[in-house]
Amino acid sequence: MTVHTATLGALRLHPSVAVRPEPFGALAYHYDTRRLVFLRHPQLVDVVHALHEHADLDTTMDALGVAETLRGPFQRAVANLAEACIVITRDSEEDRS
Amino acid sequence: MTKLADQMKRGLDAPICLTWELTYACNLDCVHCLSSSGRRDPRELSTDEAIAVIDELRRMQVFYVNIGGGEPMLRRDFFPIIDHATTSGVGVKFSTNGTYIDTDAARRLAAMDYLDVQISIDGADAATNDLVRGQGSWDTARRAMDALAAADFGEFKISVVVTRENVTQLDDLLAIADGYGAQLRITRLRPAGRGADTWHQLHPTDAQQRDLYHWLLERGDRVLTGDSFFHLNALGDPLPGLNLCGAGRVVCLIDPVGDVYACPFVIHDEFKAGNVRDPGGFASVWNSSELFAELREPGSAGACASCGAYDACQGGCMAAKFFTGLPLDGPDPECVSGHGAAALAAATTAPRPDQDHSRARARAAAAAVPVTLGRR
Repeated sequence: MTVHTATLGALRLHPSVAVRPEPFGALAYHYDTRRLVFLRHPQLVDVVHALHEHADLDTTMDALGVAETLRGPFQRAVANLAEACIVITRDSEEDRS
Repeated sequence: MTKLADQMKRGLDAPICLTWELTYACNLDCVHCLSSSGRRDPRELSTDEAIAVIDELRRMQVFYVNIGGGEPMLRRDFFPIIDHATTSGVGVKFSTNGTYIDTDAARRLAAMDYLDVQISIDGADAATNDLVRGQGSWDTARRAMDALAAADFGEFKISVVVTRENVTQLDDLLAIADGYGAQLRITRLRPAGRGADTWHQLHPTDAQQRDLYHWLLERGDRVLTGDSFFHLNALGDPLPGLNLCGAGRVVCLIDPVGDVYACPFVIHDEFKAGNVRDPGGFASVWNSSELFAELREPGSAGACASCGAYDACQGGCMAAKFFTGLPLDGPDPECVSGHGAAALAAATTAPRPDQDHSRARARAAAAAVPVTLGRR
């Protein structure tokens, strides 16, 4: 089952996730679940890092000027990252802090 | 976006899966030991050097390290080393025969974060296991598992090397793991280390390989394999995993004296890339060794080029070929299409593992008469 990013709202990287740059994009490792995932586009890495500064995925992609052709693939990628708990929804309390 | 496997083949900025053997010392004498362990090597890394390796791995953002040996818990500084790793963001998964996991050690391990423990057994009963790992090793391993369970360690791992003798026990092994709430990990038997002498008798038969493949297709989601069995992909639908030989690309080995090899299964000069004590340390070996650069070049399918299954099996395991005397650009000795058997029949000599820390070997050498006949 896929998660729809539109319903996810405000997002951020899970605090137990480390992101390591690689020529193809990055590797993300979740220390709690021991899951390793591939971020397969350099700009996707920027998006993931910037999620916590914006209201949701769409506004993050707007801010970073993500090309129209990449928005669909990035939405699917971030949905998968949410399923793997690499990115999580931030609650409003943390938003203010 | 290019195909991920192609990116992987060109190598990563740091390994994903790094094995670090802390010592050649071991209280057991398993017949398939990849590193021919037994006696400690006097040149082994000091505590300070080991800590420096961890700091370097942290800087390279190596997420976790697979610690093994030998028996890593035999090092007096075992706990300080893994403490330093896990508290500085380098997760640890360590393999042990369980001898030194008593109640206290189990509690200490259970209290640590970012730590996985992997207990090795090679059969679902004492008879099958002890044949490979030595008398009493089954009871020892079970005591360690009991201690971890009693200490509420959580999900530890049970690691099994698949052999001709235990391949029929996979369901029983899974049941043992389930009984502990543990995870089963099965890996391929390699003809490396002492395994070079026992592989021919112990590796699964062709029929067993087919059974194993189907078992993995059905149960693959419940067991870990370290992508061990990608040579079986020539049988049909691919098994989960990256399906490539990661040697020098995403994988490597640091041995107890700091030598860096392309993978844990090729402890041999021909696959030595450098040493962590060299100027520039491990990062320099990983990034600039000639051997690793070579391994990251696109490989040739060689004798396998005309085989329709090459894309599926990638020619199999480099180490398995090397230590059985097969050309590296040809079929795996366990090629499921039968090309390996023919190649093995044609192979005359195989390179010998060039490190041997076996205790039995030392005893034999001490007792040796001046003229001995033997394989070299």
